[in-house]
Amino acid sequence: MIDIVISNTSGIPIYQQILDQISAQIIKGEMHPGDSLPAIRTAAKELRISVITVKKAWEELERAGLIYSMVGKGCFVAELSGGDLSEKRNELFGRRMDKDFAYYKELGLSLEEIIKAIEARYR
Amino acid sequence: MDMLKVTNLNKRYEKFHLKDVSFTLDKGYIMGFIGANGAGKTTTLKSILGLVHADSGEISVLGNDFAQNEMALKQQIGFMFGGVDYYAKQRMSAVTDVVRRFYQTWDDAEYQRCLKKFDLDENKKIEELSDGMKVKYALTLALSHKAELFLLDEPTSGLDPVARDELLELFQELIEDGDRSILFSTHITSDLEKCADFITYIENGRIVASETKDDLIAMYRIVKGAKNELERIRPNLISYKKHSFGFTGLIKTDNLPGGMDLVAEAPTLEEIMIYHAKKEADNETAVI
Repeated sequence: MIDIVISNTSGIPIYQQILDQISAQIIKGEMHPGDSLPAIRTAAKELRISVITVKKAWEELERAGLIYSMVGKGCFVAELSGGDLSEKRNELFGRRMDKDFAYYKELGLSLEEIIKAIEARYR
Repeated sequence: MDMLKVTNLNKRYEKFHLKDVSFTLDKGYIMGFIGANGAGKTTTLKSILGLVHADSGEISVLGNDFAQNEMALKQQIGFMFGGVDYYAKQRMSAVTDVVRRFYQTWDDAEYQRCLKKFDLDENKKIEELSDGMKVKYALTLALSHKAELFLLDEPTSGLDPVARDELLELFQELIEDGDRSILFSTHITSDLEKCADFITYIENGRIVASETKDDLIAMYRIVKGAKNELERIRPNLISYKKHSFGFTGLIKTDNLPGGMDLVAEAPTLEEIMIYHAKKEADNETAVI
């Protein structure tokens, strides 16, 4: 079963939080091709969020090619090869990096400072 | 599919005018109906049911015109209006015995199941019920006659946080299979932040917006800035409040100017309401 933890105070839209978490679980191989996702309405009830929000997260996952839907049966993790997965991983990583880097530049950090900070945290 | 469609509803009272109220509620969703006291929430809900006779407008339920199919459609609607206490001295069982006669679709087994689920004792008198139990009793009646559309006027007011949370969870359970819809009015907007799929916002008898909750919130931004920036942005603001260090205002996301040193963040439903109400108040002052 998948894990989803929602924060109401993080400022990140709820559908985005769900999207990020499920994407990560698929990419890390914690969810496998063909695994079913919970029904939209069940997920909404369990997470105490609106049906529309869950629907949006599922739609985005489908658009990203991470899941597919079968009418009347629900949604399933897509058949992705190792290559596909690392491509998706790079894509998500790149998008987040763009956002974070824009902020670092705004703060006026130099490349050296950024690299040093990343190295310190990676250890 | 449309569960409920309200088109150009008008009702004129001496001092209040419900003007061209239109919105649609899809099957399988929860819609929160928000607005200040006196904005027209109860009048709208009562007009939908024909308890208030609208001057003009059309109501359709499940694709059928309400005026022409009133008896049949009322079988499919469960409703609850605050302050209606049935016969306070009677037992629930006696009230049920009266209510069940109005519904061809009444299901006694379902009624018993709901009583048990909600922990209601039929032998209690209406006056002995807490506010939370009254709502549950109204829902029990509605579920027992297989209602698909629930019209609830302020069902959460008067409930403590625990009872409110329990009720909202129940609402989500009711729509889980996608066959029922709930339209409920409230001025406790935090009730809606989580569970509502759609929000219809009424102010002074007019619909300001009827959108998915996520879209409604995305339509607006709260902006904060220093005093010297207020002049430039003032024409774009819906309304604003000044304080000693700067200002806070509500703006349509589309009207957000670039190139200014402003903090813009997503508003809560409450903030959207507060700044719209402030705009109304400012306009009235301007007229005087």
